[in-house]
Amino acid sequence: MVFFKLLRQSPWSARLGLAMVLLNVFAALFAPYIAPYSETEIVGDVWLPMSGDHLLGTDHLGRDLFTRLLYGARNTIAIAFVTTMLSFVVGTILGFFAATLGGWTDLTLSRLIDILMAFPTLIFALIALSVVGTSVASLIVIIALLDSTRVYRLSRAVAMDIAVMEYVEAARLRGEKIWWLMRQEVLPNAMPPLVAEFGLRFCFVFLFIAALSFLGLGIQPPTADWGGMVRENAGAITFGIFIPLWPAGAIAFLTVGVNLIVDWFLHIASGLKD
Amino acid sequence: MGSIFGIVVKRLGLGFLTIIVISVLIFLGVEALPGDVATAILGQEATPETVAAFRKELKLDLPPHVRYFAWLGDFLRGDMGTSLANKRPISELIFWRFRNTMFLAASAAVLAVPIAVILGILAALYRNSLFDRTISMVTLSTISFPEFFVAYILIALLSVQIVIFPSISNINEQMSFWQKIHAIILPCLTLTLVVVAHMMRQTRAAIINILASPFIEMARLKGIKRMRVIVLHAFPNALSPVINVIALNLAYLVVGVVIVEVVFVYPGMGQLLVDSVSKRDIPVVQASGLIFAAVYVGLNLLADILSIITNPRLRNPR
Repeated sequence: MVFFKLLRQSPWSARLGLAMVLLNVFAALFAPYIAPYSETEIVGDVWLPMSGDHLLGTDHLGRDLFTRLLYGARNTIAIAFVTTMLSFVVGTILGFFAATLGGWTDLTLSRLIDILMAFPTLIFALIALSVVGTSVASLIVIIALLDSTRVYRLSRAVAMDIAVMEYVEAARLRGEKIWWLMRQEVLPNAMPPLVAEFGLRFCFVFLFIAALSFLGLGIQPPTADWGGMVRENAGAITFGIFIPLWPAGAIAFLTVGVNLIVDWFLHIASGLKD
Repeated sequence: MGSIFGIVVKRLGLGFLTIIVISVLIFLGVEALPGDVATAILGQEATPETVAAFRKELKLDLPPHVRYFAWLGDFLRGDMGTSLANKRPISELIFWRFRNTMFLAASAAVLAVPIAVILGILAALYRNSLFDRTISMVTLSTISFPEFFVAYILIALLSVQIVIFPSISNINEQMSFWQKIHAIILPCLTLTLVVVAHMMRQTRAAIINILASPFIEMARLKGIKRMRVIVLHAFPNALSPVINVIALNLAYLVVGVVIVEVVFVYPGMGQLLVDSVSKRDIPVVQASGLIFAAVYVGLNLLADILSIITNPRLRNPR
């Protein structure tokens, strides 16, 4: 009910964003049912133009582009979502831990993470991938760990304000353990800023995975994913065939959607009126 | 002035420490490899003798801390070892590419910084006007676009529809300055578009922050003219955050260059790094990764120090 009330007050930009995201989620969830062909099936000639049989034409191997785009939504969004979740689990636990315990733990963790954050993320990820090799699992773990430093910063800052509240102090004096404090007292009160941050981090992670796949170091073919599809079809553009713009546009479409929602969320959270 | 000098020295020390820790991390990351580099590269089928010879070649038979200092010492003297992929000295590979990357990043910066700062200030001064809203909508979308999307749109428009600029930015030593500029115009525009969006939004936020502070309101209430308020009261205080924004975005630019270089097949460090990662040419990855990280940390450091020096509140401590 709160959700619908919020929705009714939302500006048109946020509604547009929501519609854009829902469209993507729908495509991701029902890809096997909507898609006219299967993910890796070769259905015709290379780089066919748009037609009734192939809504968006075919790709560099003659696979149906529309089908690949739908499956790409499924793979790319799922991997980005899992990565963001993992990053939040690690980041918030460490952040809350540092804020609730304070003192020496906080100092060591924060300094360590400051140093990690001084390192450009893309370069770090590239070096890590060269060491462990490219696979979906290593991709998820590496990006989640890198991204959790940002989540740590925010969740620590938020939890710092909460940890000094009377009710936390009361719980502490009652003799509650650290885990209980974090779960029952800190987490519920830190939710709103974390939710807005989740959107931002998702965008970042999603673009990051797309970029790595584009570089050929992310999700590996023949699995359909948007970044990789841009890479595979990149050659087409010099012949005046604009196929790589479809998956690249899909990436942009989803991130614009999420950003529009996040913008509105941040607006609410900041309490600004204008 | 004593205190500000102290802060700068402390910040410099921290920056230096960061680079040291990063170099240790880069070094240890490779150490942490299951098995070791030699077996990872040669594969499971390699005979023990080849592995042993290869280990010796990579100096893997020495203890880690000895190798770390040897590696770092050689690195600082300009000897970065040899590439596993083509057996050439890495410094030879990197030097030329590093100059190319800096050339591209610098050209993008020359274009982007004035545009972003001017647009940001205008958007902040005319806040909530149609101009401001349009600009913030456009920049919000540009930020959401992956770099390669912007790049391919530019190629589609300026290299395929109207053939004016090359879609592959191949440059070499024989080209004149203007030929080079013509070759890199599309990657340069791509970087500019992406970076201007970030920089402009941050500049706008910084200026709005200043305009909302009590001393500006005080100046206005005293009846000082609008122009005078902006030039004498707002500007000196805005300088520090704006310089900070510029330097941070230059750091972003240096890393953002990686993807753009791959799109345009530009012979820079980013391209080299990506190639070496897919070939698992670990010495090259280490060397170029460390250089990228050092430039990035250096620019961030510069941002911090400049914003400390230009901050009137820190300059005149109470």
